[in-house]
Amino acid sequence: MSAPSQVPESAEDADTADVAAAATQGRSDAENRSLKQIAWQRLRRDKVAMISGIVVVLLILAAIFAPLLAKWFGHPPTQFHQDLIEPSRRLPYLDPADPDAGVDRWGGISGDHLLGVEPTTGRDLFSRILYGAQISLLVAFLATLVCVAIGTILGIIAGYVGGWVDTLISRTMDIFLAFPLMLFAIALVGVIPDGVLGLTGNGLRIGVIVFIIGFFNWPYIARIVRGQTLALREREFVEAAKSLGAGNRHILLKEILPNLITPIIVYATLLIPTNILFEAALSFLGVGINPPTPSWGKMLSEAVPFFREAPYFIVFPGLAIFITVLAFNLFGDGLRDAFDPKTSD
Amino acid sequence: MRKRTFGFVALGAAATLLLSACGGSATGGGAESENEFDQGSTQIVNPSDKTGGTLRYAIEADFDSADPGNTYYGWSWNFQRYYARTLLSFTPEPGEAATELMPDLAKEMPEPNDDFTEWTVEIQEGLKYEDGSEIVAEDIKYAIARSNFNGGTLTLGPQYFAEHLDQDDHNVYEGSDPLAGFDSIETPDDHTLVFHLKKSFSEFPNVLTQLQTAPVPVEADQGELYQENVLSSGPYKFDGKYQPGVQLHLERNEHWDPDSDPVRPALPDRVELEIGVAQDEIDQRLVNGEVDVDARGTGVGPAMRSTLLDDEAVQGNLDNPYTGALRYMNIHTPIIEDVACRQAIMYAVDRDSMWRAWGGEPGGDIATNLLPPAIPGSNPESNLYPSEDGKGDVEAAQAKLDSCGEEDGFSTTLAVRAENDNEVQTAESVKEALARVNIDVNIESYPTADFFGQYAGSQDFVRENDIGLSLSGWGPDWPSGYGFASKITHGNAIMETGNFNTSELDDPEVNGLWDEALLTEDPEERAAIYEQIDTLVMENAAILPVVFDKSLIYRSDELTNAFYQPAFMMYDLMPLGVDRD
Repeated sequence: MSAPSQVPESAEDADTADVAAAATQGRSDAENRSLKQIAWQRLRRDKVAMISGIVVVLLILAAIFAPLLAKWFGHPPTQFHQDLIEPSRRLPYLDPADPDAGVDRWGGISGDHLLGVEPTTGRDLFSRILYGAQISLLVAFLATLVCVAIGTILGIIAGYVGGWVDTLISRTMDIFLAFPLMLFAIALVGVIPDGVLGLTGNGLRIGVIVFIIGFFNWPYIARIVRGQTLALREREFVEAAKSLGAGNRHILLKEILPNLITPIIVYATLLIPTNILFEAALSFLGVGINPPTPSWGKMLSEAVPFFREAPYFIVFPGLAIFITVLAFNLFGDGLRDAFDPKTSD
Repeated sequence: MRKRTFGFVALGAAATLLLSACGGSATGGGAESENEFDQGSTQIVNPSDKTGGTLRYAIEADFDSADPGNTYYGWSWNFQRYYARTLLSFTPEPGEAATELMPDLAKEMPEPNDDFTEWTVEIQEGLKYEDGSEIVAEDIKYAIARSNFNGGTLTLGPQYFAEHLDQDDHNVYEGSDPLAGFDSIETPDDHTLVFHLKKSFSEFPNVLTQLQTAPVPVEADQGELYQENVLSSGPYKFDGKYQPGVQLHLERNEHWDPDSDPVRPALPDRVELEIGVAQDEIDQRLVNGEVDVDARGTGVGPAMRSTLLDDEAVQGNLDNPYTGALRYMNIHTPIIEDVACRQAIMYAVDRDSMWRAWGGEPGGDIATNLLPPAIPGSNPESNLYPSEDGKGDVEAAQAKLDSCGEEDGFSTTLAVRAENDNEVQTAESVKEALARVNIDVNIESYPTADFFGQYAGSQDFVRENDIGLSLSGWGPDWPSGYGFASKITHGNAIMETGNFNTSELDDPEVNGLWDEALLTEDPEERAAIYEQIDTLVMENAAILPVVFDKSLIYRSDELTNAFYQPAFMMYDLMPLGVDRD
């Protein structure tokens, strides 16, 4: 940890069992390991967390390099391929060269279209899912950032200052948690005019979604930060700093905040999948970003009418959401366990 | 009888998925229908005069109001005729004859004066309400007055009478005598009505088919509450109150005289309407035989649509008529001012691709003109902007761009209703097609509910956001060129908000022709004028027709006398009966 004077604190805190185990072999190097090192060691031993971590990294890379991947393995995400589609059924032909052979219930997967093509338009599903990842992850990360910023600041103030400030902030949190977020988002996306803050089109829509998710989900982080701060401010090292004449600013920034980094990272990781789902739900309801930019939620809603004839269309966007959310959740869990002092080594 | 579908819906979507993936038929193993695909569009299917039984309707969204004087929903205009007789009616026959008018309460068709500003009509004698009291001309006069001159009490219905009657401000709910000073309709005796209009209106009889001409005695009127228990003049009366959002049940009205009514055979003993059933559930119950008719009449939802098209066994139970509407793109004249630039768009779009967005063959026909095929004067063959296979003529488009000084293309915004998948896909197709001539289209989706109130139909919003294009759809109030297109192409119809002449076309020649049509008696001459208007609007490139769309309707084998009535753009509900053996 980066709090210099508290290294022994953390280590001692970290794991008594660990220390005891080490003690039987004499003074091992366990004593000198920081919490960070211990956590990393544990994380490496946690196969599920490692695999989901790798998946997360791959997803982020896939989103960043979507244009390149789409170029190599697919087609531009908005390019129509209607010669592949039977117009009245809206589904891909089994064999585009022979229209009488009927329609393909498996989405027209071919070497050319790795995951098949969309109904009606014939757009390449592989590219659309890749580009969809961009939107999903971008919105989720930005919104989480907003949550963390607001949540940390208000949480730390509430926990440290206490008294009526704490009461005020805590009640505000309760109010925000009771807010019908989804309904509010739908209403707001509808009424915010173009050109607010110089944003138009999709920039504006992403901005609005990020703002709404961030602005209403911060209490989850704030509660945790407040709880930790409450505990920390009674600790000896804070007392010590106070008795040495340190100001509030020093105590908050140099003594308490560094000890909050871990829980914040952990909970932020767990908040990301929630936000991904939220964005998908908004797109599903048609209040997300503008067409023809692909998004997973929108792809799902467009696949619904075909769920009987070609259930296939629901599978890939559904899987994309499923894998992403699961990976972030499992990774977040692993991270939490690794940093949890109560977990045995 | 046709048995039901895949097992139990309660098992959930997963089971449904599995079963259908194994090629399960939507209607199980029942015998195939003896009828043909789309038979109901042109013929009476299962003709029968068998009476009795209960005709079961279901619908997702409620009436705007069950009061005949206060409703503007298409299906409601059709359905409420069960308990509301109107002065005139459309002919209950399939095909073209259906749009001709005939008397209902009236004895004969109304007589105009020379310049169509005064119309006289006589009603039949001895007609009775459900309570046995006689229907008199003054009740019809009052019904029209209360639905058009009511100080904002009943606001949902059309306002054709308010627009055309030569009447000063009036409010029937003010003062002791509701009709004092209401002189634009005269009732010289109990069975004669004389209408005085502000200006010539040759199509006035079409307005007399509307539900607002259904008689309401002054004593029975309860303003907005009248919808809970309407006093019936038709073959059925309310069985209990109308429960908004829940149901409306009708039973026979013993005081109705079948000999006086050429429009309603009134076959079933009961008519039950269940309200607030989700579309997917209605569709499933229709196929299962648990509901006879989807009262909305616009066909099954997208999920059932693809299921039915996929199932050979049910083709004979499907009708695929025109909805009567035109789906089109407005090219906003104040934003894209140069007519050549607008024409470039007309050339550049890919009509084949847009047609696919509406579901191909069963979804509708590619539209290249303004007036839908069922309307006299429509010429669906005309096409001012032809291209090979409808894929668009890129060279012609580029030539038009050159002549309007935008040879490198331009950028504009296309407004679309977010909840309408077909329109969103049309927008995506327009974007792809126009990119071929470097016209860069940004699609913006807005909520359907406020689309015309606040977005594409608001002049300020359109100008502030530089919206050059928008997608919409339009159906006729009655099947004529005037009833269909005057509100979307006449310069007088342009509004600050709620603007349905969304392209803001204000062409003196077009406006002049509309006014001329209202002075023309001969329907065929009028049709010729409407065809001219159609061509002019296309030359102006203010409206880009996309498709004349079609609905896909599931027709139960138990349903008798089913046929598509173009005037209502759905089945004529009055002749329907059930035969459950």
